[in-house]
Amino acid sequence: MRLIKCLLFIVSLVPVIVFAAPADVKLDKAPIDTSDNASLQRGAQSFVNYCLTCHGASFMRYNRHQDIGLTNQEISEKLIYTEQKVGDLMLTAMKKNEAEEWFGVAPPDLSVIARSRGADWLYTYLRSFYRDSTVPTGWNNLIFESVAMPHVLYELQGQQVVDSNKDIPEIKELKLSVPGVLSKEEYDRFVADLVNYMVYLGEPHANYRKKLGVIVIIFLLGMLGLTYLLKREYWRDVQ
Amino acid sequence: MSKQKGSIVEWIDERFPLTATWRAHLSEYYAPKNFNFWYYFGSLALLVLVNQLITGIFLTMSYKPDANLAFSSIEYIMRDVNFGWLIRYMHSTGASMFFVVVYLHMFRGMMYGSYRKPRELLWLIGMAIFFVLMSLAFTGYILPWGQMSYWGAQVIVSMFGAIPFIGETLSNWILGDFMLSDAALNRFFAYHVVTLPILLVVLVFVHVIALHEVGSNNPDGIEIKANIDPKTGTPVDGIPFHPYYTVKDIVGVVAFLIVFCGIIFFAPEMGGYFLEYNNFIPANTLQTPDHIAPVWYFTPYYSMLRAVTVNFLWIDAKLWGVILMAAAVIIFCFLPWLDRSPVKSIRYKGPYFKIALTLFVISFFVLGWLGTKAPTPLYTLLAQIFTVIYFAFFILMPWYSKIDKTKPEPKRVTK
Amino acid sequence: MADSGGEMNSRRRFLVLATSVAGGIAGVAVATPFMLSMMPSERAKAAGAPVEVDISKLEPGMLLMVEWRGKVVWVLKRTQDMLENLEKLEVVLADPNSEKDQQPAYAKNRTRSIKPEILVVEGVCTHLGCSPVYRKDIAPADLGADWLGGFFCPCHGSKFDLAGRVYKGVPAPTNLVVPPHTYLSENQLLIGSESKESA
Repeated sequence: MRLIKCLLFIVSLVPVIVFAAPADVKLDKAPIDTSDNASLQRGAQSFVNYCLTCHGASFMRYNRHQDIGLTNQEISEKLIYTEQKVGDLMLTAMKKNEAEEWFGVAPPDLSVIARSRGADWLYTYLRSFYRDSTVPTGWNNLIFESVAMPHVLYELQGQQVVDSNKDIPEIKELKLSVPGVLSKEEYDRFVADLVNYMVYLGEPHANYRKKLGVIVIIFLLGMLGLTYLLKREYWRDVQ
Repeated sequence: MSKQKGSIVEWIDERFPLTATWRAHLSEYYAPKNFNFWYYFGSLALLVLVNQLITGIFLTMSYKPDANLAFSSIEYIMRDVNFGWLIRYMHSTGASMFFVVVYLHMFRGMMYGSYRKPRELLWLIGMAIFFVLMSLAFTGYILPWGQMSYWGAQVIVSMFGAIPFIGETLSNWILGDFMLSDAALNRFFAYHVVTLPILLVVLVFVHVIALHEVGSNNPDGIEIKANIDPKTGTPVDGIPFHPYYTVKDIVGVVAFLIVFCGIIFFAPEMGGYFLEYNNFIPANTLQTPDHIAPVWYFTPYYSMLRAVTVNFLWIDAKLWGVILMAAAVIIFCFLPWLDRSPVKSIRYKGPYFKIALTLFVISFFVLGWLGTKAPTPLYTLLAQIFTVIYFAFFILMPWYSKIDKTKPEPKRVTK
Repeated sequence: MADSGGEMNSRRRFLVLATSVAGGIAGVAVATPFMLSMMPSERAKAAGAPVEVDISKLEPGMLLMVEWRGKVVWVLKRTQDMLENLEKLEVVLADPNSEKDQQPAYAKNRTRSIKPEILVVEGVCTHLGCSPVYRKDIAPADLGADWLGGFFCPCHGSKFDLAGRVYKGVPAPTNLVVPPHTYLSENQLLIGSESKESA
């Protein structure tokens, strides 16, 4: 056993011995809480208003939103603008070939985007658009160079431009040149709600999964005690 | 299973060796009484196998092995099928836990010399199980048809292309196409759900039969059959597997399930190691993700594949990488004949073996860690150093195990 | 040390029992999600959502076929003659008063419908699931002089009247099933739901 402890100790040192990997682009922490239904509902509303025009969420059914406290009635009133029914998938109105013609690439489906990109990336991305006359759409993004998507939310956020740091020119910083409808705090909140919703969208069962998990673990802990007693009782035979 | 249980058992016994089988493999199979923590992983591997078989069957009910439908059918399982998310996470977590359990099981064998005579064949059957398991993991990982599925498979299949003369024909034969496509997905599905599971179940059965023929090794590495109680005719240091090890293994099973369920319910992605983030992007045949790494259990071998950067003799670096990677797995098969130590267990082996095994474990972890990282010149150098250490453990074993200062083995098992 | 099996004492007996019960509970708890996973998925449920049918263009005597949950549902507008014939046939029917639970309460009447002339019934024979044929012709050669119009199943010869009531002496045991339905407006029929809201 001493040897094993020794081994484990050495192994735990490995990441320290080997040099740390170069740091990636710094992402802002997304202030989200997937148990906050009010935030999720605001996010859902923004999602159908701003995202669903071009992006689908084609693995998600509208009636799933009962998870976040909406009734079917509310779902059809608040979230469905087309002829679709509550049991239908959240498909985009945009046709794939048209999208490719306009943007060069088809906008990706957003059903599981939060699972591949992560909440922090999405939160940072949606707040890092800036005006750039050198790219066709006129918009660029700090963490997604030459992104095909224009800044859909610019009316809310306003327009940002690059404000080069005088000391370290490689580090780009953004400043607001034209103010939007929302203040900076309001816009951050708006994006946080939207990202919160996309995290929910990535795995609608996540909250239920965790709740069920607590019950399962508690049961298993009880079972562990019981089976340990059983084992100890039988092993009294063995010298 | 006592006789008075009645006529049904008797009726069966006249037609099938039910009681005899029960006795031979459970109630009168004598196992050493000094099994420790490391001896849980055999039964746990069996548990995970059952988990994979059952969850796999249920996933097959809704999965579509079609390049256009595979990705969305997984999301269909995750969202639309009742409790589909649970079944899928049980399967994906089970895949990783299978390797955790099997690696620990193999490490146990290396510590206590469980591969030594008379258990060489048992060890070889175990290695065959390990190869089948790797094939299962590989074919299974392709099925979601996400970016990592696609590009991971692309890399692995391209390795076959490195084989001289027949490489290209061979990879076309494997893929059924000139590139990785629907045809390959469909046939890998067939391997994953039919061919390989049948092979695995048969091999596991044979593994258990072989084990019960030679008897279990133990942390002291001595044979309990050498010490038979003349009165009962059973090993003095042995206890019946049932009930003693059944009740003990049940404790292990529950403890394992706590960890297993903890992952399923609270961290099914396991920080991107069990379910990789890039695999939530549908396969795009035109664009490789910025950084591709295999799932964690393949990363040590993947590091070795990348570690070779120079052409040597008449063979180029690419082929050397493939050869090295294959050798790293196959070399385990030679352990029974590489170990020349007079004792089996690490408890009585000398410092050379202990140092060698420690270095081997470290190199395995470092190579594993490096395999998850994008290559840099420093990382490649480290991978080369630790690849050498990895192989040195095996190649130098006949020498260091022979000159090592061993302690005498006890006559009876110790606590 | 016991040679085999170990001694059974009351404490062991209790612990074995308790562990078995807990294990049994765990087994059932694990089996449940697996069994439930085989129930219709959300996609199947969405595909089985209620269907709206416009019946304004339906002429008397005309049969409209509608697909609901992958099954055929017939919407038949019966003529005055057809409705009068329903009563005459009752002596040869197995369950003329729809005593068996094959219809919602609001269709448990002679016409087996909400509106007397409109029959809404699943076109699935209650024998072995074939779809019967609509035979409105009176006394055809193959069905005999007593035939006053109805549904005839080509698979095994079961006969139903124009309210979907089964004849005596045929393989089918019960009347045809009337699915839940309601009228959203005069000519707007909703099949698959009794509540007007869930459309």
